[in-house]
Amino acid sequence: MPRLAWLLIPILLLPSPSRAETPEEKGLAIAVEADRRDSGWGDMQAELEMILRNRNGDESRRQLRSRSLEVKGDGDKTLIIFDAPPDVKGTAFLSHTHATRPDDQWLYLPALKRVKRISSANKSGPFMGSEFAYEDIASQEVEKYRYKYLRDEVLDGRPVFVIERYPRYRNSGYTRQVAWIDQETYRPEKVEFYDRKNALLKTLTYHDYRQYLGRYWRAHRMEMVNHQTGKSTTLLWKKIRFRTGLTDRDFDRNALKRAR
Amino acid sequence: MVVRGGLVLAAALLGLVPGTAPAQRSEWSGEVALEARRFPQPPLNPLQHGDNLSAAVRPQYYREWDGGRRSFRLELLGRVDQGDDERTHADVRELSWTWVSRDWEVTAGIGRVFWGVTESLHLVDIVNQTDLVENPDGEDKLGQPLLRLALIRDWGTLEAFVLPGFRERSFPGPEGRLWPALPLAPAVYESPRRRSHVDGALRWSHSTGIWDLGLSVFRGTSREPRLVIATDPFGRPRAIVPVYDIIDQAGVDVQATLEDWLWKLEWIRRRGQGPDFTALAAGFEYTFYGVLETAADVGLVAEYLYDSRDDAFQAPFQDDVFVGLRLTLNDVQSTELLAGVIADRRSGERFYSVEASRRVGESWTVSLEGRWFSGGEPGSLLHALRNDDYLQLELAWHF
Repeated sequence: MPRLAWLLIPILLLPSPSRAETPEEKGLAIAVEADRRDSGWGDMQAELEMILRNRNGDESRRQLRSRSLEVKGDGDKTLIIFDAPPDVKGTAFLSHTHATRPDDQWLYLPALKRVKRISSANKSGPFMGSEFAYEDIASQEVEKYRYKYLRDEVLDGRPVFVIERYPRYRNSGYTRQVAWIDQETYRPEKVEFYDRKNALLKTLTYHDYRQYLGRYWRAHRMEMVNHQTGKSTTLLWKKIRFRTGLTDRDFDRNALKRAR
Repeated sequence: MVVRGGLVLAAALLGLVPGTAPAQRSEWSGEVALEARRFPQPPLNPLQHGDNLSAAVRPQYYREWDGGRRSFRLELLGRVDQGDDERTHADVRELSWTWVSRDWEVTAGIGRVFWGVTESLHLVDIVNQTDLVENPDGEDKLGQPLLRLALIRDWGTLEAFVLPGFRERSFPGPEGRLWPALPLAPAVYESPRRRSHVDGALRWSHSTGIWDLGLSVFRGTSREPRLVIATDPFGRPRAIVPVYDIIDQAGVDVQATLEDWLWKLEWIRRRGQGPDFTALAAGFEYTFYGVLETAADVGLVAEYLYDSRDDAFQAPFQDDVFVGLRLTLNDVQSTELLAGVIADRRSGERFYSVEASRRVGESWTVSLEGRWFSGGEPGSLLHALRNDDYLQLELAWHF
């Protein structure tokens, strides 16, 4: 009995702030800090190009425009307009993401002038035939994952945190993701995705980071490699603009119908 | 070649184009398509054509000013058809200006508007006339002269439509297939103003949580004509007379989105076209995402169709069930397939349909479409189309 009591004393005596953080707490703290540093950007517009490559190196290109609106206390809103390939030109995708409940998504089909509310359960499905799944391009809210700090590492000469995150939402294609987060800027440098059988599925790397408004880091090139199929997708971000004056009205069904 | 569309109105509206404002963005796009239809059975009437070739061009122009707050849209269709003169036609699908403010939008010109949620039938959708020569599925629509005012509020979007200038439904000609081989008599109108009767509509729509809701009312010339068979003195069918009544229609469309379940309902009540009637389409779509550890999705669609009209030629879907399968491969070529059957629960009539498409290279698509009509009883529309099963291949180049 006394031996056990002696063990408890240091824990009880320690003030809570300096109590040893569990790996889960430290992982969450890193995610919260990364989110804090990337909040307040308001709205953003960009042009995107996707280059899809198959195992033989054959390429196929997609051109998109994206508009996003930061929503305080909930997930962001995103409108994506498809410019190429030309048969899907004018198609548009609207997403209202939510921290805890399922996202709301609509698709605009220009041939029929039809707005269709679609299910957001297709998290693991490929976005436009690419190696990016819907859940990879959706807004990354802190509440969507559980976290665990793994270790410190040095990646390309810079100190990074390596954390693991586990999707808390339904229908994810992943059991876990391992993310390499830069210790100075808290921006992600690399993410490994493990499939439902916990086998390594994909690796995403971030390149050509540039800073906007003196604060927000955005990668201008993302490389997603699928290790199981040999396919890969390059996502290029161009003409990124912040605080362009977008409002909720630019992210409703009326705006989706007008999007060109 | 019949040029459809209010070109006079278009020319009048052209004067409204702001000439001095700097154009922020403008672009041409569109497609050119070659279509081949194979009819395995001989036509019921020797006048009607057999296998058929057809070509269509659909150019589009878009221009916006002021960051998209003002825009202009043009969309044209031209088709040349080998076997049916009525299918050789042109139309202004869209020629409209839109002004957008924070809580209102105005559109003026010729436009297309879609309302509704269900897959097998579009009951609530009433603003535009059906271009039946383009496709027997009724999803192609003629451009409609319109003035639309939308008010956007927290409680939803309220739209008011003024619809001057009526468009008659296009029907295949006597040599055409997929329609009874009878000449079309000149249309009969209830309104003495005929095509210049001004129609109107109101719609409220809102999206909240899992719900997408729409309520609409329409007053004016029915887009769907009453089809009267004119007979000769011996009682033999001589022609089809489309009769366009003035109607009042109320419509409801609702979708509930619950994860991978989509629950859908469309309901209409129409007055003024014979006895009042009700029609309904309701059902669900359930999707299996990533089946068999592939990227492909398989969707099951089931809808019940009801129409209280007792006329199997006018209203073929009186007590029917639609069951469909949607396959989306989610591959680089965007391969898709939708196959379904509408079966009459009483008569056993069946209407089968298959649509599949795939991208080839960066700018081409190839589409396959097949429709089969089986078991129609004499007097029903499906019986009149019993020899018009077809398989269609379309190759389209997009720019």
